[in-house]
Amino acid sequence: MTVKAMNASELSKKVINKEPLFILDVRNEDAFTDWKVDGENFSYLNVPYFDLIDGVEDILDDVPQDRDVLVVCAKEGSSIMVAELLSEAGRDVSYLEGGMKTWSEHLEPVKVGDLDNGGEIYQFVRLGKGCLSYMIVSGDEGAMIDPLRLVDQYDAFAKKLGIKVLHMFDTHLHADHISGGRRLAESTGGTYYLPPKDADEVTFSFEPLEDGKVVTFGGADVTVRAVYTPGHTIGSTSLIVNETYLFTGDILFLDSIGRPDLAGKAEDWVSDLRESLYVRYKEMDQDLLVMPAHFAKLSELDEKGRVLARLGDLYKVNTGLQVEDEDEFRRLVSENLPPQPNSYQEIRKTNMGKISPDPAEETEMEIGPNRCAVS
Amino acid sequence: MKANKVLDAKGLACPMPIIRTKKAMGELSSGEILEVQATDKGAKSDLTAWAKAGGHELVDDAEQDGVFTFWLKKG
Repeated sequence: MTVKAMNASELSKKVINKEPLFILDVRNEDAFTDWKVDGENFSYLNVPYFDLIDGVEDILDDVPQDRDVLVVCAKEGSSIMVAELLSEAGRDVSYLEGGMKTWSEHLEPVKVGDLDNGGEIYQFVRLGKGCLSYMIVSGDEGAMIDPLRLVDQYDAFAKKLGIKVLHMFDTHLHADHISGGRRLAESTGGTYYLPPKDADEVTFSFEPLEDGKVVTFGGADVTVRAVYTPGHTIGSTSLIVNETYLFTGDILFLDSIGRPDLAGKAEDWVSDLRESLYVRYKEMDQDLLVMPAHFAKLSELDEKGRVLARLGDLYKVNTGLQVEDEDEFRRLVSENLPPQPNSYQEIRKTNMGKISPDPAEETEMEIGPNRCAVS
Repeated sequence: MKANKVLDAKGLACPMPIIRTKKAMGELSSGEILEVQATDKGAKSDLTAWAKAGGHELVDDAEQDGVFTFWLKKG
């Protein structure tokens, strides 16, 4: 039997298409418990690779033969070793190319829809971490919303489309991932927009993304309009594109709402969050299509792998939008919060330009699950 | 710390540091100390988990200039 490599893009398609897959995760129990490759029809076995150095006989009965089997580890070395042992035992298995490190960083581009006059919107789904970022195409120009540090993947995609990405928007100063906004702007000669209220400690120059600011770009006349909606951070700003799509950043997700505590100001920002969710969004056109900066559960992905919903529909189903009582709302967003994202303080400092970790350190800082939502 | 044996696993990627450690440990007697030097960032969590599962004790560890050193007492 031969051992095959499965790359992150192939694995993404299995997740999106809800295919069955058996994952043998050979990392430590702690690492597996913290974070794994999620799939609605995936099943799992976690046995650390160091228990398999002398052979895989003990687990053969637990590894199915009627389903594809993928061996996963942190970087790939140990998964190749285990996959080869299984292969020697007559099993047909694959290993995950680049391991969890590559999985954590892979962006799967999914087309969301067309804009009037020939524009297009693409959603980059980071399945390994739940981050969503966006590329908006207008003629031969592009804009990005909440781009990640993985700029090579955006560059490659922009090149394929034959566009130049010139406008980078961050809806807020991120605490869960390192932003690619400034880097992309530097490499393309474009502009980096950041809400000024989040940028007190920022060490580089940027274009302030203030309430009411309108940016029109490209041959298709695509218009991006900023609306101040604080609460996750004091600067959090939503973006409305062509009065059709509403980019909510980390304020409103499909299943839940943003958490106000990552800058250490939960109590102060609760009323801002409530005002944004229960007043400002409610006053908007309820047909706007909401596209957030994160998803929490795979069930939020539609059959094409897209994450979006009509604003009016979210007022019926999103648990964070059903809490009319103010005290109850305060309790929801300030108590029982999940653990804070790994390294979130260092990530904030990196996004302010205060520290400059090397690429390996950046990878390490972002490892682990995303935890930007209240529930 | 005085070690009965020193294993140089610098520059090796996972899973080699653990494979070599396991082999080196096999040549020691109970109570003896193995010093392991590694540069792989995953080495600490993996060695800790491996030692625990195998009944060995991670007595101490240190980091200097990107080299991680571990002292393991055979169980």
